[in-house]
Amino acid sequence: MTTFPLTASIDFTLAAELATALVLGAGFGFALERAGFGSARKLTAVFYLRDMAVVKVMFSGVVTTLAGLWLFATAGLLDLTELYVEPTNVLAQAIGGLLFGAGFLVGGYCPGTSIAAMATGRKDGLVFALGMLAGVWAYAEFTPGLDTWYRETAAGEITLPALTGIGMGWWVLLFIAALLAGARGLSWVERRFGDARPQP
Amino acid sequence: MTTNTLTSAARMQASAGARPLWNPYLAGVLLGAVLLLTYLVTGRGLGATAGFAAFATWLTGLASPEQVQASVVHAKYWNEGAPLLNWTLFLLFGAFIGAALSGWQGRRLAWSVERGPRVTDSQRLALAFIGGFIAAYGAKIAKGCTSGQALTGSSMLNAGSLIFLAAVFVAGFGLAHLVRKEWT
Repeated sequence: MTTFPLTASIDFTLAAELATALVLGAGFGFALERAGFGSARKLTAVFYLRDMAVVKVMFSGVVTTLAGLWLFATAGLLDLTELYVEPTNVLAQAIGGLLFGAGFLVGGYCPGTSIAAMATGRKDGLVFALGMLAGVWAYAEFTPGLDTWYRETAAGEITLPALTGIGMGWWVLLFIAALLAGARGLSWVERRFGDARPQP
Repeated sequence: MTTNTLTSAARMQASAGARPLWNPYLAGVLLGAVLLLTYLVTGRGLGATAGFAAFATWLTGLASPEQVQASVVHAKYWNEGAPLLNWTLFLLFGAFIGAALSGWQGRRLAWSVERGPRVTDSQRLALAFIGGFIAAYGAKIAKGCTSGQALTGSSMLNAGSLIFLAAVFVAGFGLAHLVRKEWT
């Protein structure tokens, strides 16, 4: 058995699991706030091409994790098959994504960043979080059947390597290349559309 | 690498005494490192929405445990009467602490309402609530949000996650002009 993931070989107690969540969460929240993602204005600026930080952070985040997973797996330290992969449901992810994007734009946050916003004093972050609570509650109360629908229409675990036959290592290279190329493009976009209008 | 020194937000921060933000690529690498560590330790990635769902189920249970059993979704989070002992919820508690620490160190703590100059605080707060509601529905339908699907799933090259990611940006960019009064 490979060393990682640790939970595959070590039995964590509930307390240890939750403590782990707390610590990892602290790193998560710290990184989000460092990026300025406690600010709805910074987050939504991407959709006006003024500040492309959302793309930069997400892209470099994904590349870092992707490359790291591949490295650990290639070194024989990590069993990728033990990692959880949410089954793909194209319709659900497309519709859900569109709705989520709308909510993100109008609300100014996503679930994780609303926490960072609350933690740094933003009242709108708190209200977004309340809206989230209302939304998940409404989903559970009025449309719980959607969960069943999702499960029954899901296509299974589909990753790009499995779908295309192109190995993970090649995707790592492709993503890195795209990030490097994209970085130049993002700089250009910010210079072109970046706005010097002061905001309150 | 570019810094955001030319953006109004950065200039505003500098004038308010806040310390500069990290270069976004560096912040992204840190985020990716946290996600990697999460995978290595737990076999799962990050998330956020489930934490909200567990909390909502707990609140519902306070009012009426019967109502919880009446919905398969509530039941999923009920956890035999301990919905708060939810991994993702604890992740969010941790995120709150981590963000507060970062904000405190960076002198970016302030009671405020983030909004553009053409809406009032009240209007912004109403929109924040509505946006949160819609985002929650989207995340429940898609089985994840920017943390669970876009970030976590994409790093495993999950096709569904990449579709979600694309859809989020299509909607955001597509509706930006309509919503411009809120932010610009």
